[in-house]
Amino acid sequence: MTEVSGNRKRADRVPSANGSTLGMKIEHLSAFYGAFKAISDVSMDIRANKVTALIGPSGCGKSTFIRCLNRMHEVVPSARAEGKVALGDQDIYDNGIDPVTIRRRIGMVFQKPNPFSKSIYENVAWGARINGYRGDMDELVERSLKHAALWEEVKDRLKMSGLGLSGGQQQRLCIARTLAVEPEVILMDEPASALDPVSTQKIEDTMDQLKQNYTVVIVTHNMQQAARISDYTGFFFIENMGDPGQLWEFDETEKMFSRPERKETEDYVTGRFG
Amino acid sequence: MSQSRTEVVRQSGPEPEGGAAFRSSIGARRGLDRVFTALLVVATLVGLVVLAILLLDVATKGIPQIDWSFIINFPSVIPENAGILPALVGTLWLLAITALVSMLLGVGAAIYLEEYAPDNWLTRLIDVNISNLAGVPSIVYGLLALGVFVQMLGGLTGGRSLLSGSLALSLLILPVIIIATREALRTIPETVREGGYALGATRWEVIRGHLLPMALPGALTGIILALSRAIGETAPLIVVGAAAYVSFTPDGPRDRFTAMPIIIFSWIRQSQPEYELLAAGGIVVLMAVLLMTNSVAIWLRNRYQRRV
Repeated sequence: MTEVSGNRKRADRVPSANGSTLGMKIEHLSAFYGAFKAISDVSMDIRANKVTALIGPSGCGKSTFIRCLNRMHEVVPSARAEGKVALGDQDIYDNGIDPVTIRRRIGMVFQKPNPFSKSIYENVAWGARINGYRGDMDELVERSLKHAALWEEVKDRLKMSGLGLSGGQQQRLCIARTLAVEPEVILMDEPASALDPVSTQKIEDTMDQLKQNYTVVIVTHNMQQAARISDYTGFFFIENMGDPGQLWEFDETEKMFSRPERKETEDYVTGRFG
Repeated sequence: MSQSRTEVVRQSGPEPEGGAAFRSSIGARRGLDRVFTALLVVATLVGLVVLAILLLDVATKGIPQIDWSFIINFPSVIPENAGILPALVGTLWLLAITALVSMLLGVGAAIYLEEYAPDNWLTRLIDVNISNLAGVPSIVYGLLALGVFVQMLGGLTGGRSLLSGSLALSLLILPVIIIATREALRTIPETVREGGYALGATRWEVIRGHLLPMALPGALTGIILALSRAIGETAPLIVVGAAAYVSFTPDGPRDRFTAMPIIIFSWIRQSQPEYELLAAGGIVVLMAVLLMTNSVAIWLRNRYQRRV
């Protein structure tokens, strides 16, 4: 794993423009696993305090792309990326930047809920603690659980194991622990695909709340979900098997789902293939 | 005994309708089944029965020997006055130092190999050799310790000392500890590490905060087994220079020493019959130490498992 063991204070909090969080700008991003090119020349603008959905058939590189946004793809030894990914004004792939600091500012929620085998309280507190949080931890845990719409259900059993919760609750716990380190951007890789409809609904409800304080990028296979909750949508596509994934079209959600420009986009959103 | 399984047992009877494509009597098959079941039971029992006989023999000869003077006396040419004090103290010292050194080195090496080392030819070479080292006879480790710890580093270790003996034993059990810890780390799914990194943690923070606590129960099992073996090892200690008759208890790791297996061994070689009884007593005490060590480690393992 290519990490610079630097100290956290560098490039930590870049002040944002008008009190809101930062957006991201991706320019000509390509990603490789060894010699295999997974995504090719993707450029997009992720607007601050908005929800951007990424849709497309399986294998088009959406997961690879979203992992490049917080340098999580580097956890795989043979993976690398080329191009520019900027958080606000700053290219996160710059030489001096420690990926560890990036991942605190750009958090990630995974497809299969993966809470730690610790208590609910510790699940939320651990990330904040290692990042040097100096405030009132009890208050932070409560606030994070509230923002993830989980507080009411667990407030009486914070000391119990996080693994004892249902799937939907575990996923909201993962959202809560991501919020606890106060990121600017939240990446979600199909967060509800492993959950039942009721939990999915709860998570979609929280997303409206989340975008007031954070920038959200969500990969989803569920087109109705993308149409419901997102402001912008990007459609990924590959023409032939073995090709690298590309960003085929990117626009406001309303336009993508009613008057898309490209034929493949229209075919996909109307369900002609999936 | 095999009737308790849910099977249809059809004794030999009239031919089934529609032709005799299958042999109707299963008597021979049943018979073979019973024979093999019996053989397997005998195989298990042989081991258990022999072990039980040995334990019973040792216990009946040894337990009457154990009284307070047996424990606090020094070895003596007069059997009635002989005791195991220096040997017991030596074994406990060896246990402590070996546990400390082997756990630190073993768990550390396992973490490095599993979490940090890149997947190249060097790492794979190390992997193969660790498995090989686990099978090297203990006397070879004794000879290694003699050359390196007793002679070369004699100034540091104090020569034929507890420290040299402990280091020899540590090297002996190191491969087992490394393998057990690595297996424990491998059972932890990658998603745990991903969850940690995604919160902006460094690799050491993920290891210390999640991987070590989760791997500890499994690793402790391997460590228990390894330390149990180390307590009973005689050959490396003889080579390193544990004495059979000492008139003092060691004050520190650089002192000369003796140990329970050594004293048991030397008593068994005496011709007088009283010494056989003394040896049995020594064996019982050694096994008691073993049981106590195992219990502590099992308690530790259960405590960490429940912490989840």
